[in-house]
Amino acid sequence: MAFIEGGSYAPLYRNDENNTKETVGDFYMDKSAVTNSAFSLFLEQFPQWKKENIKSIFAESNYLSHWENEFEADAPVTNVSWFVAKKYCESQQKRLPTMAEWEYVALADQNQKDARSEPSHNQYILDWYESPKARSPKKVKSTFKNKWNVFDIHGLIWEWTYDFNSVLISGESRKDVKTDRNLFCGSGSVDANDLMNYAAFIRYAFRGSIKANYCIQNLGFRCVKDLK
Amino acid sequence: MKSIFKNHNVLCLLFIGLLFASINACKGTEKENVSPEKIPTSTKIKGTINAELTSAPNVPEPVGNRTAKRILLSMEVLEETSEMMNGVSYTYWTFGGDVPGKFIRTRVGDEVEFTLKNHPNNKLPHNIDLHAVTGPGGGATSSFVAPGHEVKFSFKTLNPGLYIYHCATAPVGMHIANGMYGLILVEPAGGLPPVDREYYIVQGDFYTKGDYGAKGIQPFDMQKAIDEDADYVVFNGKVGALTGDNALTANVGETVRLFVGNGGPNLVSSFHVIGEIFDKVHVEGGNLINEDVQTTLIPAGGAAIVEFKVDVPGTFILVDHSIFRAFNKGAIGMLKVSGDENKKIYSGKIQEGIYQPEGGVIQAIPQKEQATTKVIQKTLSERIASGKQKYMETCFACHQSEGQGVANVFPPLAKSDFLNADKKRAIRTIINGLSGEITVNGNVYNSVMPSQALSDEEVSEILTYVYSTWGNNKTVVSPSDVKAVRNEH
Repeated sequence: MAFIEGGSYAPLYRNDENNTKETVGDFYMDKSAVTNSAFSLFLEQFPQWKKENIKSIFAESNYLSHWENEFEADAPVTNVSWFVAKKYCESQQKRLPTMAEWEYVALADQNQKDARSEPSHNQYILDWYESPKARSPKKVKSTFKNKWNVFDIHGLIWEWTYDFNSVLISGESRKDVKTDRNLFCGSGSVDANDLMNYAAFIRYAFRGSIKANYCIQNLGFRCVKDLK
Repeated sequence: MKSIFKNHNVLCLLFIGLLFASINACKGTEKENVSPEKIPTSTKIKGTINAELTSAPNVPEPVGNRTAKRILLSMEVLEETSEMMNGVSYTYWTFGGDVPGKFIRTRVGDEVEFTLKNHPNNKLPHNIDLHAVTGPGGGATSSFVAPGHEVKFSFKTLNPGLYIYHCATAPVGMHIANGMYGLILVEPAGGLPPVDREYYIVQGDFYTKGDYGAKGIQPFDMQKAIDEDADYVVFNGKVGALTGDNALTANVGETVRLFVGNGGPNLVSSFHVIGEIFDKVHVEGGNLINEDVQTTLIPAGGAAIVEFKVDVPGTFILVDHSIFRAFNKGAIGMLKVSGDENKKIYSGKIQEGIYQPEGGVIQAIPQKEQATTKVIQKTLSERIASGKQKYMETCFACHQSEGQGVANVFPPLAKSDFLNADKKRAIRTIINGLSGEITVNGNVYNSVMPSQALSDEEVSEILTYVYSTWGNNKTVVSPSDVKAVRNEH
């Protein structure tokens, strides 16, 4: 795993209006996303999560649907629900990263821990979001390694976060009236912090569209671990 | 004050009278009850049909006299790479695989059950905001859908008109800029009046990393989109979607109705058809009808219905009359009309010539009496030099500086078989003009050269110059040769 030294940053959306900074502590993060082969070992250990055994509220019918055809063992596992991803990490004495942690790591490019001001980095991320038909993701570690020694944070798959569905929900519902969880039309920009950060807009919109039982062709995950 | 009150009363009476008249009219017919209010929430639904969806430039069958129905409609979002113009590709996000998205045709009072499917191979969530929908987000709140999923929502069409629909997922501008828009038509009860031809056109602006025409896969350029600095402004998603073999067609005498939308994201369209006047425009796609319109403004996220009868044959060019968009960014379409000419309406070219406001040689003016000029003996090279000077004044505009002519329009004089074959014909051409089909160096030209008011000497010098150069056969033409041809008749 890669050591991530904590810090703070201004996220695109923040939960607390009075606090413009998001602070994360130190943690370890998997250098790459969980692969098909690692996931199949997990299923041997916990057969109740196999496709034929899983309870339908925990995953949609297309759970692991890419396993019906040939697939790359070293590619990230996708078509997995949030419930399963969470369980996998727990089985390894790890957990899913929070959105704040994931976004913090995702600020980095090869050379800097916060590369948001690099137009080429932004364009790289957007290019991936824009290129269609990623039917089968490539092997893990096939894209770049960032400053934290973490691979493929952009350019390979979408990744689950622990609190993916908390975007724009403050916990106090009266505060939410001026925004909209679904980010449609202009309301998506009302509370945004950095209007040029289209890549982040896209990630938040994606997270807003999913539910915990969804299984999606290019949505996988990686785990993190707290310092002892 | 008093008189205003009076008028007001009269107006009220008139209005009440009209109300009665319309109620009576309703009673008098067997047709379904069309409520006089604009909001037919109570319109009875009779039966269920599957929506007919079409790709541009085609439109579905008119609703005609059918009653309001429940309409089942399903649309698939596809993210696909295809051609923007020859050699340039772009990753479009589409409703149904094409830009613009499928045309939806309904009538007022219909209940539409809309299923939006997001293909599993897509990367992004999408939704749809239909401007014909009354409700939050125009459907966007209810239709937000992740890849590999589908959602269903329904709405009732309350207001007749032509409406844009588009994706409204953040970042909205990017989803629209990538092609996620189309048109939904809500016809009034009884339908729009029948016409002979109907077509579907949507203008859109595109922002690419490379400039217009730069080859290869061109990614979306966010900065240019924010700056509203479009590289492409096109009809129906790409350059040439409505030109050449893809041109719209009609026959002389037919009435053409164009459903024209503007997806934007940024630019407003000055929609114009060169050589036609719109007999009717449903301004902004609504109920207001304007007549005899040259150019109609179509806002981004808006539409217009234009109708015109085509009276004469020919190719009519559709443009955004913000005209650099047409010539430099792709906003061009064509309507090819075939049928018989009507010379009363349009004569075609009757005559053409060179207009030189000051002096020079004016075409086809009555021949003056040839002034008896004193003949000064010139050497051949002097005559050629003088001929060249005259050539540059008189002939150069069409036949060009090296006698190369202009392809398909003005025949070449350089190495010209037509010229070299017949000296007398060459002289005749200059003094009498020439029209109709001729073949020069294997190419057919069908054009008009006006007669030139030049003296015998001038004609002879020009021809001697032309024959002396550009690989021609060095024929020498004398003034007496020209005189002889003049006196032929």
